Amino acid sequence: MIVRINPFSALQDLGRRRFLAGTGATLSAAAVALMAGRPALAAGQGSKHDDLETDVRILNTALGAELEAIAAYAVGAGSGLLQKPVLDLAVQFQGHHKEHAAVLAKTIRKLGGTPVEAREHYQFPTDGLKTQNDVLGFAAGLERGAVSAYLGAVPLFRGRELASAAASILGDEAMHWAILRQALGQDPVPTAFMS
Amino acid sequence: MKHRAATAVLVLAALVSLPAGAIVPGDPVRGEAIYARCQACHALGYDRTGPKHCGLFGRRAGGVPGFRYSPAMAQADVVWDANTLDRFLANPTGMIPGTAMGYAGIADRQERADLIAWLRQASASPIECPP
Repeated sequence: MIVRINPFSALQDLGRRRFLAGTGATLSAAAVALMAGRPALAAGQGSKHDDLETDVRILNTALGAELEAIAAYAVGAGSGLLQKPVLDLAVQFQGHHKEHAAVLAKTIRKLGGTPVEAREHYQFPTDGLKTQNDVLGFAAGLERGAVSAYLGAVPLFRGRELASAAASILGDEAMHWAILRQALGQDPVPTAFMS
Repeated sequence: MKHRAATAVLVLAALVSLPAGAIVPGDPVRGEAIYARCQACHALGYDRTGPKHCGLFGRRAGGVPGFRYSPAMAQADVVWDANTLDRFLANPTGMIPGTAMGYAGIADRQERADLIAWLRQASASPIECPP
């Protein structure tokens, strides 16, 4: 049995706490500290605000990429080039990206940020997509890139709970990549490490 | 066999003796494989979550027309060349705090050199980047 989880559930309370600490309340505390002649304390409060901004910025970049992936899978699924059961896989993976996007947007709001929205138009190399394997190869490239993107984001999160949640998404992207490679007849897990 | 081993030792010695900030020679073939890491957000010929890479060398940071950059990148006083790319790819948020490129960077100097070597070729390719 597969148990569906919310990787960001640890943020249910923590997010609100960090939000309150990182915005108005923090700035007030920093101002008070400055007025009290305690610049070091003020700087500390300011850095919490910076941490929050950093995390929201990283989450928004990830959200932008997830929204593009949703659109890319829509193009692939609607191309008429995918045959069952590969078509079902594409729709399933698109559903995962929708879940990622929803939870990222919710977390951004929880942290006091504004989630980016899907663009009206995305550009994809559709001229080069002539066969099912072309579509699979394109999708595999996006998923492989997503693994690296989350891998590169994890160490930058100031909140450890966010790093953990991003790693949970990373695992899903890696599974997508492996399955797509398998469908292409390639070694699904070509290396022991990802970078 | 002995000759190959000696050559390898000489190459390694040359790499080890490079100054800390020096750009090492890059292999564009390896660089193309490394570019796969960038493809969640970037493409050569069109803007995605990140800006396109065609015309990268010699372009001012934040300089792709119509792309919505972070304020930090838009205001960065940087022109992309091998040196600035090497610094940025090593630590994007360290070089340009506030960049939307929330990526820890490529720690390996040789990997950066390989990627930059490929980017130099591919971003000027008349096929990938028609005028």
